[in-house]
Amino acid sequence: MPSLSRPTLLIVPLMGFMVLTYVVPFLGVAAWSVTLPEPGLGQYQAALTDPLVLSVFLRTFRVCLVVTVITVGASYMVTLLWVRGTRMQRVLIEMCILIPFWISVLTRAFGWLALLSTKGILNTWAQNLGFLAEPLTMVRNEFGVVVGMVHFLIPFAAFPLASAMRAVDERALLAARGMGAGRTRVFAQVFVPMTAPGILGAGLVVFVFALGFFVTPAILGGGRSVMAAELIYLRIFQSPNWGLGAAISVILMVTVGGLLAVMMRRARPAAPR
Amino acid sequence: MKEIRAAEIGAEGIGKSFGSFAALTDVSLTIGRGEFLTLLGPSGSGKTTFLMILAGFEAATCGRLRLDGADMTHTPAEARAFGMVFQGYALFPHMTVEENIAFPLKVQRRSGAEVKRRVAEMVEMVGLGGHGHKRPSGLSGGQQQRVALARALAYDPPVLLLDEPFSALDKNLRGQMQDEVRRLHRDLGTTFVFVTHDQTEALALSSRVAIFNHGVLQQIAPPKEVYERPANRFVAEFLGTINILPLTGVTSGSDGASGVFEGQTLRMAASLGAPTATFALRPEYMALHAGALPDRNSIPATLVDLTYQGAETQLALKTPGGVGLTLSQPTAALPGSLAPGAQVWVTWFADRGIFL
Ligand SMILES: Nc1ncnc2c1ncn2[C@@H]1O[C@H](COP(=O)(O)OP(=O)(O)OP(=O)(O)O)[C@@H](O)[C@H]1O
Ligand SMILES: [Mg+2]
Repeated sequence: MPSLSRPTLLIVPLMGFMVLTYVVPFLGVAAWSVTLPEPGLGQYQAALTDPLVLSVFLRTFRVCLVVTVITVGASYMVTLLWVRGTRMQRVLIEMCILIPFWISVLTRAFGWLALLSTKGILNTWAQNLGFLAEPLTMVRNEFGVVVGMVHFLIPFAAFPLASAMRAVDERALLAARGMGAGRTRVFAQVFVPMTAPGILGAGLVVFVFALGFFVTPAILGGGRSVMAAELIYLRIFQSPNWGLGAAISVILMVTVGGLLAVMMRRARPAAPR
Repeated sequence: MKEIRAAEIGAEGIGKSFGSFAALTDVSLTIGRGEFLTLLGPSGSGKTTFLMILAGFEAATCGRLRLDGADMTHTPAEARAFGMVFQGYALFPHMTVEENIAFPLKVQRRSGAEVKRRVAEMVEMVGLGGHGHKRPSGLSGGQQQRVALARALAYDPPVLLLDEPFSALDKNLRGQMQDEVRRLHRDLGTTFVFVTHDQTEALALSSRVAIFNHGVLQQIAPPKEVYERPANRFVAEFLGTINILPLTGVTSGSDGASGVFEGQTLRMAASLGAPTATFALRPEYMALHAGALPDRNSIPATLVDLTYQGAETQLALKTPGGVGLTLSQPTAALPGSLAPGAQVWVTWFADRGIFL
């Protein structure tokens, strides 16, 4: 194969692995969605008319949107200190970003449960210190889910944001100051727009990642605020309706794919050529 | 005619240290209202550092700055609001040409109509008509340079600071931009401070040149003076090739000085300054002859090499005592038979050259 260079050949095994572990199973799932229990598009019709499925989808998108906005916003501030702060701040932020990265998602979800539940650390302290008369409900609802997801996703937003911030030409910021712009204006009108591709990238990563979240919503949502991934799990493992579970999977996948395509097209002109 | 808002800047004993390294030492100078001052010096001589201190982006370690007589040593950059053109342009990549130019006007809260009018005027002034809606990434280097100039000039800053603005441009474009900057300076009357390490550019553009070496100001004077009357050997050599002749038996009288170079007595006019043992002469002031001339200084030499440079030819010679000389002669004036090895006389008039 003279047309394939060595680097291309080197990624062939990886591509083969991806095809074997992602593409083939997904095609299998897609096949179930139109064959189980009988051939046809019946499961799609069922999924798109089932009020439960629709409400779960709606909740999933709403939660993911909220999570994305909070994650990217919080991450932007954290990353700003990470990239432009003093040496001390950098080290501190780096530890705060990297250490949770090494802890399993399951451990972290239970950690939040211990912290936020009605008999958890926060509520107990607040009541003992007299700040609260009644415990606040912070888990087994969307609040808990959002907290857990944001915490998990911040590092994933921090990396694209950091690379965008590092690429900002310091001289453009000086130039703006030199023309009389104060710090707020330099930040809002020069720095933030110059990192916009990074914000968009971070938002996309976080949103897509969030759509597929399973463990965190399952534990911190406590079965009350079910999201798409958990619904699929329930349809396949608890009320065995493999066809419906498969159809929901395909709908989620197509939505994510469509979203990615639109965002990539929009992001393209802003990216440096 | 627009009101001219040019300012006068004074620097008194400016020093700047990075740790134990002294980037600038005791720099004192005054930049006159509407002047075009060039900061010239080799790489690392502190030009950018000095410009950054003038702009307010760096704080001087010691010394004072004045703006029209008033102290501005601690005035922040955004309050000084000098126009600045950075090396590499520093345009805002997310804004169009027009938005870039409008930025400083919006900072000053000019009315929408005025911003529009002024932006259109600046776009025309720098010859970018039709490119107003492009992003910087869609412009050539020279066009980006013009945007940077237009943006820095749009709000009539009292001072315009330019850091090697043309170093990334090719020779033709560079010449064109130099003409443009000179024209803008003439039309606007703003005080310009221009950094370069290109001697020709410095001599061509400025009303005065300030020459730096290792963070020390060596000389500040009009182009003709720094070229023809350099304050020291560094300035003399930095501004172009110069021949250095060590003299012995230097004496001075009312009609000038005289000294001996390799057995030849040389006469120097009184206008060349106080005599020293080092005499310096630019290559273009020397001529070649077959023999010594009685009315000029003459020294014998052997031709070592000829370098054809089009209109000019550069000649390398060696005196019997082994001192190397460089001459620059119009090619048309040289005899075609001239070849390395030829024995010639190098001559010049007594009122040329300088004692270092
Ligand atoms: N932030 C800094 N920290 C340490 N040293 C610095 C810093 N900025 C400049 N210097 C040093 O100060 C000296 C002068 O630098 P400067 O940038 O002013 O030189 P320059 O004359 O502009 O040179 P060039 O022609 O290469 O741009 C250099 O030796 C440089 O290494
Ligand atoms: Mg410099």
